Amino acid sequence: MPTHEKNGLKVWQVRETKAQLIRWGAWLIGLAIFIFAWKEISDNTLWFMMDNVGEVVADIAGRATPPAWSFILELGGPIWDTLAIATLGTFFSLIMAVPVAFLAARNTTPSRVFVRPIALLIIVSTRSVNSLIWALLLVSIVGPGVLAGLIAISIRSIGFCAKLLYEAIEEINVVQVEAIKATGASRMQVMVYGIVPQIMPAFAGIAVFRWDINIRESTVLGLVGAGGIGLALQSSLNVLAWPKVSLILLVILVAVVIGEWVSAKVRGAII
Amino acid sequence: MLELQGLTKIYNTGDKALSDVTLSIPSGQVVALIGPSGAGKSTLIRCINRLVQPTSGSATIDGVNITALGAGGLRKARRKMGMIFQEYALVERLTVMENVLSGRLGYVGFFRSLFRKFPQSDVDAAYRLLDRVGLLEMADKRADALSGGQRQRVGICRALIQDPSLLLVDEPTASLDPKTSRQIMRLIVELCSERGLAAIINIHDVALAQMYVQRVVGLKLGEVVFDGGPNDLTPAVLTDIYGEEDWEATIEKVDDEDEDT
Repeated sequence: MPTHEKNGLKVWQVRETKAQLIRWGAWLIGLAIFIFAWKEISDNTLWFMMDNVGEVVADIAGRATPPAWSFILELGGPIWDTLAIATLGTFFSLIMAVPVAFLAARNTTPSRVFVRPIALLIIVSTRSVNSLIWALLLVSIVGPGVLAGLIAISIRSIGFCAKLLYEAIEEINVVQVEAIKATGASRMQVMVYGIVPQIMPAFAGIAVFRWDINIRESTVLGLVGAGGIGLALQSSLNVLAWPKVSLILLVILVAVVIGEWVSAKVRGAII
Repeated sequence: MLELQGLTKIYNTGDKALSDVTLSIPSGQVVALIGPSGAGKSTLIRCINRLVQPTSGSATIDGVNITALGAGGLRKARRKMGMIFQEYALVERLTVMENVLSGRLGYVGFFRSLFRKFPQSDVDAAYRLLDRVGLLEMADKRADALSGGQRQRVGICRALIQDPSLLLVDEPTASLDPKTSRQIMRLIVELCSERGLAAIINIHDVALAQMYVQRVVGLKLGEVVFDGGPNDLTPAVLTDIYGEEDWEATIEKVDDEDEDT
């Protein structure tokens, strides 16, 4: 008990003494692991490589400036591809994520024993593999290009969207659903009237949030040949065309900033 | 009209919420169901429209045994039972009109309801009801923009547009101030008599129940311990239902108000 008698006074502390000691012990162990890991990293670092870090950075920066502005006209196509991959990828992933979310949510799944585990497996497996890895796989399956990137982004986003959406479904107000059931509505009608209106804000928020993430992810897909501006980045890096590289990075930065701005605006409007 | 025969509900946790409730309610009668929290009042009305599945016993409405119905039959039976909730249970992000029309879901097909293409007769009925409860100009507002009393009126419209023969009312006034509570109770009772509806009203406020209903049923630990007129509620009866307390003030207040009206 946190409360105990001492000299006739009721002393209260937030935890029992024993629980408190265990907590301090856990912190101590955590600190020890951190220091040990720090030392391991330090021992395995080639510190002499660091001697001229400043010079190397200055050298690359010098080569990379000024950016090759004339090259920008050639980037219109690739950045358009990147945005298209992000947008369509988000769209297709949502189409697949919605049914998965309804199958995964405890209160809407047809069967907790059979269907729900399958839905959860889809969520975990699509989430656990990075989109770059999906893209690598898909480039070898469907060949290099925008399509591989699009499919990679779509698959990768299913788990993310379905997970957030099924959590939103599980948090709905059940009394509103009961009220619709009580009118004699069918299962589908209960979904359309009782559940969907309640999860719409969450759905819209998830959609723009994932779109924002996908813009960032799709900029690198080209590194493995899956289309978009990453492809241009890759070819410029290969020939050490630093002015082009810096321009591409700038373009990516602008695209990401615009994406974040749009998604913040949309989310603000919903909430 | 409504016959409950040995209705029993035991929850998975082993809690016996209702034990062997037998009750008969004729057409057009408004019954108040009183009892302490946890006595099984909500469970009882939810067993009637099977939002809660009774463990045993039967509920029969106009000769139809609700407890034995399959999914399709149950939906048809639910159309004839309007339900009104404590926290209004409106779908907050839909408009008032959509909420009222959702009472017709049992009658229209899926695609019509998906695209909100309700028959004109339903729309007419919705406007009539909203006008009756004084919310006509609110039809296109979102439900979450309304006050508590207004939301409960929308809840009443949603139940009535079903064209029910029985109203199941779960603590209609528990979230409302005393004045609004009386208005809502009066409205429910008036509408029941206008349309000849039977109603079961779960209510905590004994005085309020006495003012408006013809019959009071007392529930204690899932069993019916009182069944009589509102004036038969003596301190002894209330002590039996709720436990020892000074009940004189509760009942006196009602007598005063009866004289006023």
